[in-house]
Amino acid sequence: MDAIFESLPQYWDGFLRTLFLAVVSGVIALTAGTLLAAMRVSPVAALRGFSTFYVEVARNTPLTIIFFFSAIVLPRLGVKFEQFEVAAIIALSSYTAAFVAEAVRSGVNSVPVGQAEAARSIGMTFTQVLGLVVLPQAVRTVIPPLINIMIALVKNSSVAGAFFVLELFGYGLQLSNSHGDAVMWILIGVAFFYLLITVPLGLLAHFVEKKVAIAR
Amino acid sequence: MTSVLYDVPGPKARRVSLIGSVVGSIIIAGGVVGAIVILSSQGIFNASRWEVFVNESAKDVWTQLGYGVLATLQAAGVAAVIAFPLGVALCLLRISLISWIRVPTQVVLEFLRGMPVVLMILFVLLVFATTPFTAVVSGLVLYNAAIFAEILRAGIQSLPKGQREAGLAIGLRSFQSRMSIEFPQAIRRMLPSLIAQLVVLLKDTSLGYIVAYEELLRKVKLISDLEPSLLFSAFFVGAAIYILINLSVSRLAIWIERRGSKKAAGGMASAIKTVDLEVNVPGPETK
Repeated sequence: MDAIFESLPQYWDGFLRTLFLAVVSGVIALTAGTLLAAMRVSPVAALRGFSTFYVEVARNTPLTIIFFFSAIVLPRLGVKFEQFEVAAIIALSSYTAAFVAEAVRSGVNSVPVGQAEAARSIGMTFTQVLGLVVLPQAVRTVIPPLINIMIALVKNSSVAGAFFVLELFGYGLQLSNSHGDAVMWILIGVAFFYLLITVPLGLLAHFVEKKVAIAR
Repeated sequence: MTSVLYDVPGPKARRVSLIGSVVGSIIIAGGVVGAIVILSSQGIFNASRWEVFVNESAKDVWTQLGYGVLATLQAAGVAAVIAFPLGVALCLLRISLISWIRVPTQVVLEFLRGMPVVLMILFVLLVFATTPFTAVVSGLVLYNAAIFAEILRAGIQSLPKGQREAGLAIGLRSFQSRMSIEFPQAIRRMLPSLIAQLVVLLKDTSLGYIVAYEELLRKVKLISDLEPSLLFSAFFVGAAIYILINLSVSRLAIWIERRGSKKAAGGMASAIKTVDLEVNVPGPETK
């Protein structure tokens, strides 16, 4: 138990780094994912094809492989970065973007057909239909699954710990080496800090879900 | 839905779309060519880096990769077989009518769902001093049982109330109604989500890499450690194997979904308007 209190500074540092990884990759993934979803429903065949291909491949590749790729293979291809954080952010956001795209797409599909038909019948273009009518409504249904994706992102960022980034899991590995006698408490401490992020997010998702359910 | 977002393109729109397609393809092809140029400037396409998959030592390489695939499938299979019944049991406890059973189960499920799988694997490995295989399987079982429980709960809640009421009305006990009326329907209804979760489980076996379980990714790393010039080719082959396995399981899920909805259209289940499962399931397919 004492091991937890002794290591509080490391925990805090790791906690902040986990948050940093999750927020930065989250923002990138949300933007890229929404773009991918828009490409997926667009009239241009090449964009549709690219988006479908990307989403299918990224969703079916284990995250560890993507990390492996961005931390070990990318540097060999001439993409140099000073810190492993950058590799972690590339891996996390490119993986998560595919899930965001899928969630947004199923949100678009959940908007009643009449909405798009009505918008088109008053002469709106594709961009207008999507931007002014369909997406604003899709966002409502999409928020709970998106929060779940963000929870998954926070949890997935733990893989970065195995690739030399000192976030919560990375510190967990390090501390459990140095505190061989209190491994259990060290890891329980790590778990506590993860739950500190994921549980409130989960409650938020639940709350929003109820809100949207009433509104519909 | 996608088809109603825009009109059937006329000649002008078709031209614009064609130009867009061509420009888009050129940009994408340019990126691919650029990557290939960089790669080949480093000699990655030299025969020496790939012949290891076809020459006399190829047998050893493929045997190693084969063992890796086997280990991956073994961990995933064992974990899935244990996790599913456990998920059913957890779901039963989670929807129990007795609050002192329901509430603690809910807390446990929230706890399991909120934790990174790799942390659970490490916990089992270090605290219980098990073999990597046991650690990977237990971590996966704990996490996926919780997710299965949530998926099944969503399935049961999506059933019309009348199903359970009818069961109780003909004199079944609560447990009997759950097992013989509600679960069979919930499982069938949630089959696509359940299979999607199996893909997730299969992907998560690659976390075994971190605890030195000798699965596919570990084998790839071993090959490239022995012969660093093989890093890219070994990695490429490993990733291709993973994607191939996962894509076929995903396809299976889509096929079952289509088959299920066809069946439902004819049967009595058509009376129940299926909710959009993808949106309503509490995020199992995201991991």
